[in-house]
Amino acid sequence: MSSTTTSEHESKVVDRAIIRFAGDSGDGMQLAGDRFTEASAFAGNDLATFPDYPAEIRAPAGTTAGVSAFQVQISDHDILTPGDAPNVLVAMNPAALKVNLHELPPGAVVVVNTDAFDQRNLTKAGYTSNPLDDGTLAQYKVYEVPITSLTLEACKPTGAKPRDAERSKNFFALGLLSWMYSRPIEVTLNWIDKRFGTDTLVGQANKLAFSAGYNFGETAELFEANYEVHAAHLPPGTYTTVSGNTALAWGIIAAGELAKRTVFLGSYPITPASDILHELSKHKEFGIKTLQAEDEIAGVGSALGAAYGGALGVTTTSGPGLDLKAETIGLAVSLELPLIVVDVQRAGPSTGMPTKTEQADLLEAMYGRHGEAQVPVVAAKSPGHCFWAAIEAARIALKYRTPVILLSDAYLANGSEPWRIPEMSELPDISVSNATEPNHTDNKGAKVFWPYVRDEATLARQWALPGTPGLEHRIGGLEKEDGSGHVSYDPVNHETMVRLRSAKIAGIVNDIPRLEVDDPSDPVSGGNGKAGEQSHADLLVLSWGSTYGSVLGAVRRVRARGHRVAHAHLVHLNPFPSNLGEILSAYPKVLVPEINLGQLAKLIRAEFLVDVRSFNKVQGIPLKVHEVEEAILSVISEEDAVVLGNGKSAKEEVPGEERAVR
Amino acid sequence: MTMSMTESVTTTKKDWASDQEPRWCPGCGDYSILSAMQLLLPELGVERSRTVFVSGIGCSARFPYYMNTYGAHLIHGRAPAFATGLKLARPDLDVWVVSGDGDALSIGGNHLIHAMRRNVDITILMFNNEIYGLTKGQYSPTSELGKVTKSSPFGSLDTPFNPISLAIGAEATFVARTHDMDRKHMMEVFRRAHDHKGSAFVEIYQNCNVFNNGAFEQITGKEVRADNLIPLVHGQPIRFGQNGEKGVTVDRYGRLRIVDVAEVGEDALLVHDETIEDPSIAFALSRLARGPFEPTPIGIFRAVSKPDYGTMMADQIEKVRSQKGQGELAKLLRSSSTWTVD
Ligand code: SF4
Repeated sequence: MSSTTTSEHESKVVDRAIIRFAGDSGDGMQLAGDRFTEASAFAGNDLATFPDYPAEIRAPAGTTAGVSAFQVQISDHDILTPGDAPNVLVAMNPAALKVNLHELPPGAVVVVNTDAFDQRNLTKAGYTSNPLDDGTLAQYKVYEVPITSLTLEACKPTGAKPRDAERSKNFFALGLLSWMYSRPIEVTLNWIDKRFGTDTLVGQANKLAFSAGYNFGETAELFEANYEVHAAHLPPGTYTTVSGNTALAWGIIAAGELAKRTVFLGSYPITPASDILHELSKHKEFGIKTLQAEDEIAGVGSALGAAYGGALGVTTTSGPGLDLKAETIGLAVSLELPLIVVDVQRAGPSTGMPTKTEQADLLEAMYGRHGEAQVPVVAAKSPGHCFWAAIEAARIALKYRTPVILLSDAYLANGSEPWRIPEMSELPDISVSNATEPNHTDNKGAKVFWPYVRDEATLARQWALPGTPGLEHRIGGLEKEDGSGHVSYDPVNHETMVRLRSAKIAGIVNDIPRLEVDDPSDPVSGGNGKAGEQSHADLLVLSWGSTYGSVLGAVRRVRARGHRVAHAHLVHLNPFPSNLGEILSAYPKVLVPEINLGQLAKLIRAEFLVDVRSFNKVQGIPLKVHEVEEAILSVISEEDAVVLGNGKSAKEEVPGEERAVR
Repeated sequence: MTMSMTESVTTTKKDWASDQEPRWCPGCGDYSILSAMQLLLPELGVERSRTVFVSGIGCSARFPYYMNTYGAHLIHGRAPAFATGLKLARPDLDVWVVSGDGDALSIGGNHLIHAMRRNVDITILMFNNEIYGLTKGQYSPTSELGKVTKSSPFGSLDTPFNPISLAIGAEATFVARTHDMDRKHMMEVFRRAHDHKGSAFVEIYQNCNVFNNGAFEQITGKEVRADNLIPLVHGQPIRFGQNGEKGVTVDRYGRLRIVDVAEVGEDALLVHDETIEDPSIAFALSRLARGPFEPTPIGIFRAVSKPDYGTMMADQIEKVRSQKGQGELAKLLRSSSTWTVD
């Protein structure tokens, strides 16, 4: 077998491809997708992945509820998302075909495992007739491959029992797709050796199945072409493929190192955040202390206790856990101690759809506590960016002695992308010092420590750690007297403290980057965010969190159609960057796409009195580029409609979008 | 918890009192507990700066404000969780949790049992007054069945917890009971709890003279004490009464019985051994009285030695480091496959 194409097949160069592996939960589709991704990374492609798996631990095999899918986009240029609709769907059984087919554009390739299309599986998937011969697939290019039997045949030499050998069929599919997209094969073969051992039965079977799949593509007279996707021109550097959860865990480890503090993680397992707990638990060599707490409250409570002792206290959770942690976050606001609360958002309310993504915890992060309890909010925008967002959250928490909510989501958590590994010299020093000396003389002339004496510039309180002789003091959740920290019910003091705590958070605005606007139609600013010039685009699209890729992708497409559209993306949600108001007022129209019912839009309206438009979709899946594109075009054409006076509204012109744009 | 590693320091009671005036109701049992603690700490020779009191919500939770040490007054029920994180992050500190029956057994029940089963090296003092004092008199998880309070005008329907049984069931390695009428006994129990390596749980019968006055009078009152408190003394036969005329035996079904020593003979008495790994006898002792109205054991029920959580955590980190070496960030970020773009 060779990794170059043979003469029987035409090899077509394409600039990008979107492949979706879909099968039953037990079919190993996530693994196949991961391996395809890894090989593509080695081929130098830019890429983005979207694993999509059911929340059920084991839905009945063969049913649509049990379908697990992995989508990856590979490209020879910089891409931002795993793609809207697959060019190739691998369907290992009828249920996988049924669940995924509606997303395929006409002309797409469908590779089906015909062995799985028996009456039983068809019935389980809810098909009354066989889609392979009833015309269902008429508009697709269908390759019928008996993947199961070919796998069994290939694995015969190992002597593996058919039931075991059958489990290698994901490697057959992977081999076939590896041929189809000219993936380097050594990467996968080496990985199998490393993972399963060179001479284990399962390692052998997987390698044979993989090679058989590859060879099948090459020799079967089935396929008229295979494809090449050339390497992308990524900025120079050393790259690795990371998922958001791994990057976030690494960011926390880095933050501990950069702050010169022990990381303490108190966490209760919850989908889709548990992998951060797993990753941090693995790295005890950094001295990380992890506690799998008895509940969400103890997770954050122990993290806050560790922070009181001087550690970098972290808790990780998802929406339901954030609800439970609210009281302790309020306590941290009152104690003014650093704390990182990671919320990997998922579809809610309540248990919702645990494995599906959503951006609907923004208002909870902002306001989900009683009393005036402002906390900084930072949101990651891509899997790799989770690393940087974690360091930024830690920096703010430590410097301002405040809990910080770091928002990720299920899409970022599980999705992966090539990530340029930073040099150590690129990482910021985020260390802060603790008080070592008394800071007050009491009325008896004794030197004492007052815990609520503040730094004039940052308003951060002085932070003395237990164990420091002479600085003994008491803090608590009761209102404190300004300065001394003694319990106080004085009405005026309370207002002073409320305003001080609030001003401290608001003041962080001076310590975060100004918002950059990507506005190529602005020759004056060159897109650097200087507002107020005539030449600005007509529309600003403002995004936050994981929709970054889809929104920027859509903006690029709309520009390619000749429209003038600017884009800005918020990483800091509280406080907002100092120039956000100025930017908003420079554009006649602002569109905010979100996977919620308009939470950022509400904040922007409240804060800046700007009548932003929303594009909202809440289906537990990432925004698709074309949807955002249509939403942008809809807003733009609405403008044209006014200009042209043709009396036709944009909504009529873009069918199917009336639900979303308002 | 164990003493800090540093040299003993000389302090007096005054050094341990903060400048804040205690604000409990006059006559409240909390005063005598505070005073016992402030008398004990100089004897322990520990440092104020390495001593931390944390508390949740309730009358007892004011305690840290009155101690001239580090202290944190937290939220309802969560002090054991906070203390767990603090102690794990800072093994050098002496961490005391001050709690009440509502705080520890009701809203914070989950954290309490998990701190105990993990054997985190902290000392938990639970002031049991069998009532909610701070919220002005509702029944608590230790109030007796049928208790008439503001929130149970026709009598409480809740079966109370037996805190000692609960602690033993939750795998606590040190379990003791004392009461606010006996300073010496309190100091001795606190000392032992402090010196214990691992989670130490101490129930303190505490009189709330405003909302549940005399709840323990039947057993702690000066005149009745000898007949109704059964002192547990390690290595000694369990006996009580004005002249030690009563004692405790085990019958052949493992049940404990209160007997007349004259009738059964001294050799038949149960000899108290707090170090028995098996919790059965300690548990049986905790069930001897159905409530503080009949002869009730006080003292140390159980004090067994078991690795504490923090030590195990430190050992684990050490072990991983000796295998993998000290963590290096640059290496970690390159731990998956990497490729280079020029
Ligand atoms: S209400 Fe009861 S427990 Fe609370 S301070 Fe007053 S007497 Fe003490």
